[in-house]
Amino acid sequence: MYLLKYISKRLALMLVTFFIIVMGCFVLVKLLPNIPAEQFGKDMEVILARREKLGYNLPIIQQFWRFLKYAFQGDFGVSEQLYIGSEVWQIFVDKLPYTVAVNVYSIFLSIPLGLGLGIIAAIRKNKWQDHLISTGVMIFVSIPSFIYGFIVKYLLCYKLKWFEPLMDASQGPWSFRAFETMIPAILCLSFSSIAGFARYTRAELSEVLTSDYLLLARTKGLSRQQATIRHALRNSMVPIFPMILGEFISIMGGSLIIEQMFTIPGVGKLYINSVQATPPDYNFFMLDTVFYTFIGLFAGIIVDISYGIIDPRIRMGAR
Amino acid sequence: MREKYDLANIPKELFEFAPKDEKFHDRKFDTKPIGYFKDAFLRFSKNKASIVAAIIVGIIIIFALIGPYCFNQSYVKSYQTNLDLKKYRLLTPKLMLFEGTGFWDGTEVKIIGDTTYKKYLAYAQETGYDIIVKVIDEIEVNTENGVQKNYKVRLNNYHSIDAFTKTYTEEQYKAIQEWQNENNVQLIMPWVVYYNAKSEVPETLNSKVKFNNINVWYECDSTGIPTLDENGNLIPGYRVRGVDHYNSLRLDGDPGKDDPEAENRWRYALVSGSKKNGYNYTVRINAYNYFEYAYGFEPAFAFGSDGEGYDIFTRLASGARFSLLFAIAVSSINLLLGVIYGSIEGYYGGAVDMIMERISDILSAIPGMVVTVLFNLHLSGTLGTVVSLLFAFILTGWIGTASRTRMQFYRFKNQEYVLAARTLGAGDRRIMFKHIFPNSLGTLITGSVLVIPGVIFGETSLTYLGIINLDSPTRSSVGSMLANGQGIMNTSPHLVLFPAIFIGLLMVSFNLFGNGLRDAFNPSLRGAED
Repeated sequence: MYLLKYISKRLALMLVTFFIIVMGCFVLVKLLPNIPAEQFGKDMEVILARREKLGYNLPIIQQFWRFLKYAFQGDFGVSEQLYIGSEVWQIFVDKLPYTVAVNVYSIFLSIPLGLGLGIIAAIRKNKWQDHLISTGVMIFVSIPSFIYGFIVKYLLCYKLKWFEPLMDASQGPWSFRAFETMIPAILCLSFSSIAGFARYTRAELSEVLTSDYLLLARTKGLSRQQATIRHALRNSMVPIFPMILGEFISIMGGSLIIEQMFTIPGVGKLYINSVQATPPDYNFFMLDTVFYTFIGLFAGIIVDISYGIIDPRIRMGAR
Repeated sequence: MREKYDLANIPKELFEFAPKDEKFHDRKFDTKPIGYFKDAFLRFSKNKASIVAAIIVGIIIIFALIGPYCFNQSYVKSYQTNLDLKKYRLLTPKLMLFEGTGFWDGTEVKIIGDTTYKKYLAYAQETGYDIIVKVIDEIEVNTENGVQKNYKVRLNNYHSIDAFTKTYTEEQYKAIQEWQNENNVQLIMPWVVYYNAKSEVPETLNSKVKFNNINVWYECDSTGIPTLDENGNLIPGYRVRGVDHYNSLRLDGDPGKDDPEAENRWRYALVSGSKKNGYNYTVRINAYNYFEYAYGFEPAFAFGSDGEGYDIFTRLASGARFSLLFAIAVSSINLLLGVIYGSIEGYYGGAVDMIMERISDILSAIPGMVVTVLFNLHLSGTLGTVVSLLFAFILTGWIGTASRTRMQFYRFKNQEYVLAARTLGAGDRRIMFKHIFPNSLGTLITGSVLVIPGVIFGETSLTYLGIINLDSPTRSSVGSMLANGQGIMNTSPHLVLFPAIFIGLLMVSFNLFGNGLRDAFNPSLRGAED
């Protein structure tokens, strides 16, 4: 009962925040001069008439109301720059799987590796294995992903010729061909999340390993291995699991840079293209804003709620 | 050694009277007191990794400060106007220090075909600068047309720049000739037969030079492979005779060298115009020597040159300077805003806290990219790109500092000493900034140091993606250097290598440095390492 109240309170807050942000962005976008591009290939009068019909000349608040009404039905307007005349939502939905694919692969690679390295570092704390892993983690967490991008692209794609430098999206997002050409991008995305997982796991596990109940478990007669696996690992997963969950949702946001670098036709690339077009394609921009805001908020709330479910102490503390 | 007494029955004679006429004082400490910051400094200097990181940070700052002035300024200044710079594009890194070692000396290893090999040898003979420094390996490849010979060679990039043509007025032409005589460097080369500067189409169909290239000065076939005389030497194919008003250094083998009036002397300029309006001279110029003439030093780019012919070292340094200044500005403004906001939140608590916390919640949920783009679209026209970028980073940047400050205030505001201060009549502001705030100084300083790499990363990503464009002949940013280099990374990796190394080093060292500071300022970690 309490949990339900907690969740609904968080959800309501999230919705309010979401609404305010979207409204703010909408107003700011509408305040920009939106001159129809000449290359429409149609009469200016036709364009203006169409815009009139679409409500471009209404007061902004009315336009926002209209935007909300249609957005709930999955209609975010029509592209005016990039894919002239196409439904923005449709294009977006077509692109989303690429972003999700590359991120899902990357997270499947980084969870086992990250957790594994973190566990090794925690168990062998202050031995050479720990120092090696911790140094690596420090370096990989700090260096931005596009630096790996350059290294991977130059060494693996150009010099050793193991992979192709650009992604081939011709056979759909989940085909083997797509996977094969995505490998460099997956690697680049994984480095920093592996390091992040490893660092977090090491911190949590080494804290648990020094706790009293683990000593008790040892005195009770469990071997070190048994105690670690049965008691320490499980307990250290309490904070780690929500983190993984949050990561899993925020991967939808993807990485703009990696998508740009390896020409993955995902939403990030769409976003950059829509911003870089002159004039920018505001409908795409608006949809991407809604999407990114939602993903960010949703990931946050899922993490909080799952903390609450898994760890009763946090739930009690929030009361 | 003390004797053992029965403490219950200490003999009377062991007791002494305390001197009555002296006052007792506490002894002064012989050691110096260690304050909070000194203690932090001591702990910081114990951490070896942080010390190394601090040194690297220092080097980076010095690089950013003096780097932009470490290269010939007349060259840097000519970025906006001088079109000749394009001739010196994509040169590999060269340090004079390593000249001839094969490492960092402007050479690169390449595999070239037989034709190119022969051409390079011939070009080198004219200019006197070796293009092929060393033949590493000869490779035979079987093709459809039989066995073809390829060479794996070490090429000197600086010597293989093509010659080019330039038109001068009479005064300039004379000045160049004087410069040539003074420095004994051949700048103006004799005109070649097969190349016409104006239309770039062959002027005369000389049967002996059949390859249209400005470098080809020798008799050759239609692929540019030289035809040799019976001794195996190249046969010059220069234009001869004609008016050139040339009276300066001449190449070896020129009949005009011994007798300037010789019939078949080589021709050094194409003259246009008339005596009345002044002559114009179109000359063929040796690119390597021209650089020395125009800028006063032999070409050597420490980090190579980029696609526009700009020196990467100075551009990287000025990009670094911008990044650092920008990050420091963002971090200090954030610190100020965050401290004020967080103090008010934390001190007053209750409804004020709740409302302010909701506001910062909402602000922090806006995706950074969206903020940047909106600010850029709205403000870059009126206030400039840099200002709009600054606003974008500040809009959400202060939230971290605010929440840290707020936490510290919650921790300290109910302590007795605050109550004491209030009882003595201190106002809210005094309590906030005189009594509570200094407690959180260490945390906040550390926090704002750790903000710097984040801001630099954000700025680099945005310029790399091209969402913000800071690239122009006069200024640059690390991100746009990376973006410009990535297309030709396969052939000229140095365009990307140096900016990437720079950003990587900066990130790692700033993070290590910041972490070291954080640990040092955290008294609860005291003695944890020992």
